[in-house]
Amino acid sequence: MKTVMQPSDILSLTEQARIIRIEILKMLTASGSGHTGGSLSAADIVTALYFYKMRHRPQEPSWPGRDRFILSKGHAAPVLYAALALSGYFDKSLLANLRKLGCPLQGHPSSKLIEGVEVSTGSLGQGLSISNGIALGLRLDKSPSRVYCLMGDGETQEGQVWEAAMSAGHYKLDNLCAIVDVNELQIDGKCADVMKIEPIASKWKSFNWHVFEIDGHNMEEIVKTFDEAEKIKGKPSVILARTIKSKGVSFFEGKAEYHGVTPTNEELEKALLELGGNGKQRKGN
Amino acid sequence: MGSREKGTETKSQNTDFCGKAVATRDAYGAALLELGKRNEKVVVLDADLSGSTKTAKFAKTFPDRFFNMGIAEQDLIGTAGGLSLTGKIPFASTFAVFQTGRAWEQIRQTLCYSGLNVKLVATHAGVTVGEDGASHQALEDIALMRVIPHMTVIVPCDGFETKQVIDAIADYDHPVYVRLGRSKVPPVMPEDYRFEIGKAFTFGIGRDVTIIATGLMVAIALQAAELLQKNGLDAGVINMSTIKPLDTHAVLKAAKGSKLIVTAEEHSIIGGLGGAVSEVLSESCPTHLRRIGTRDTFGCSGSPDELIKLFGLSSEDIVKTVESFFKEYHSDDSV
Repeated sequence: MKTVMQPSDILSLTEQARIIRIEILKMLTASGSGHTGGSLSAADIVTALYFYKMRHRPQEPSWPGRDRFILSKGHAAPVLYAALALSGYFDKSLLANLRKLGCPLQGHPSSKLIEGVEVSTGSLGQGLSISNGIALGLRLDKSPSRVYCLMGDGETQEGQVWEAAMSAGHYKLDNLCAIVDVNELQIDGKCADVMKIEPIASKWKSFNWHVFEIDGHNMEEIVKTFDEAEKIKGKPSVILARTIKSKGVSFFEGKAEYHGVTPTNEELEKALLELGGNGKQRKGN
Repeated sequence: MGSREKGTETKSQNTDFCGKAVATRDAYGAALLELGKRNEKVVVLDADLSGSTKTAKFAKTFPDRFFNMGIAEQDLIGTAGGLSLTGKIPFASTFAVFQTGRAWEQIRQTLCYSGLNVKLVATHAGVTVGEDGASHQALEDIALMRVIPHMTVIVPCDGFETKQVIDAIADYDHPVYVRLGRSKVPPVMPEDYRFEIGKAFTFGIGRDVTIIATGLMVAIALQAAELLQKNGLDAGVINMSTIKPLDTHAVLKAAKGSKLIVTAEEHSIIGGLGGAVSEVLSESCPTHLRRIGTRDTFGCSGSPDELIKLFGLSSEDIVKTVESFFKEYHSDDSV
C-alpha cells in the first residue's frame, strides 16, 4: 500500500510538472512544429501518472506487472516523451531531435520505435478501444495492473470513443481509468462552437462509468482522484480534468491558435522566465 | 508437413474437411474451436454476427475468451489490438464489407502501424453472399487490405485449406486478413496439400493458358481448365491463396510457360488478385493477361449461382475469355 501523500510529495510532483513543461517547450521550439497547447494542458495529469500513480520500470519497459498508459490524444506526444525521458526510458538528449528525420520521437508516438510507448496513436478516437482490450486481457490473466487512457475533450467527438465507452461499461472494466483533458479548445476554436460535447459528465454516467470531475492542474486533487478511482469496483472510471490549454505559459493560455503552433525562440525565453528556470531545479524561495 | 508441435493430434486435424464440400466459414468455426482447445492464448471477438461468421461455436465452449463487441466494428478492431498487447492471439470476425470498410483506418493505424498480432477473419465476401445484395457483398476488401503496409492477405479456396490457414496464422506473429465466403464450396485441394503463407499451389501450368485463381474461383478455374482442355487448349491452374505477400515466383514461372495468364477472383478486377498479378507481370515479365472479376460495379440480390453468371465469373465465362483471346492471337499470328 502507498503511504498517505505528504504536502512535500505534492510539492515535488508540482516541481516535476514544471520541469516537464520546460522540456515540452524546449523540444517544441527546437522542432519548429508540434502541438503545444494540448501537451501543456495534460502536463500535470501525465506527471501524476508517471511520477506517482503508475507502477512501471523504466529499465524494464515490458515488465508484465506494469500499469499501462495509452495516449489516445497522440498529438500530445511531447508530454509523453518528456515523462518517458525524465523517468529514464531513454536519454533526455533525444528530445532535441523531436520530429527530425531518423529520430524515434515521431510527430505522433510510434510504439515500434520507442520503449515505453505501448501502442502507436495519433489518429484520434482509437485509444479507448485499445485500452479496453488491454484491460480485458489483464483481467483474463488475473493481473492487478491497471490501464490509464488519456483523451482530449475534442477527441470525444469521434464516434468510436462512444462505442468504446459503451464496451467498457458493458464489460465493467474497473481496471481501467480514462482521463479526459477538458481544455475546451480544438484546432478550429472552442469545442462549444465547433461541435458541442457538453454535458460531458452525464454522457459518461449514462454509459455506466464512475465519473470524477476535477481541476486538472491541482496536483493534490489529481493524485487523490487517481487513488480513489482505483477503489471503484464494478465499473470503469473516468476523470474529467478541467484544464487550461497551454497551461503554464500565460501568453499562450486558453488560445486555440496554440493548438498546433510552437514557440519562437523569443517566446521560449519569455516562457522559461515565467516557468522560473532553464529546466533546472528551482532554488527554494 | 507443417511444423505443428502437438504430434498426436496432428494427423486427424490436418485432414479435416479434406474432400468435403463446406462453406469456408463453417470450416473456420470448427478450426477455431479446435485451436481454442489447443491454445489458451486464442481469444475471439465478433460484432454481433457470431452465428453467421461461425465464431459462436467458440463462444459457447469458451465464454470467457469470447467478446461480443456489438454492432461496432471500429471498437472491435481496437479492442482486439489491445488484447494482443497482453499476449493474447485475438481472432476478430464480422462480414468482410464492414470489417475492411467500416474499420479500415483502425486496421491501418492501430493494428498494422503498431504491428499487432491480430487475425482478422472476415466472412461473407464476394457476390456469393447472394440475396442480401450489394450492401453486404464485399468486392473491394482484398484491395483495401493489400495496400496497408505489413498486412498479410489470405483467401483459402475450400474447407480443407481454411482449416490449415487458421492453424498457420495462429503461429504467425503479424496482422493477417483472411477472406471467407458464405456459400458452400467444392473441395479442390489434394489430401497431401499443406498450406504455407506466401506459397501458391500449382495444379499445372498450361502451355496456352494458366489461370491464377483465389478463393472459390479456384474450383471454377479448374472446371474451366477442363473445358478448355477438351476444346484443344492446354490450360493450367494455380491456387493463389496468399495474395500478399504474393508468390511472384509462381506467377513468373506460369508467365514464362504460358501464352496467356488469366486471373480469377470474386472481387473487383481493380486492386485485388488481378491487380497484384498485373503489377508483377508488367514489371518483370510482360505477358498477355485477362482479368476475371467484377468490373467496377456493385453486386446485387440473387442466388449465388445466378450472381456468379451475372458478373461473368462462371467457368463458361473464363472459357469464353480465353477462347476469344486465342482467336485474336492466332489471327494476329497469320497476319
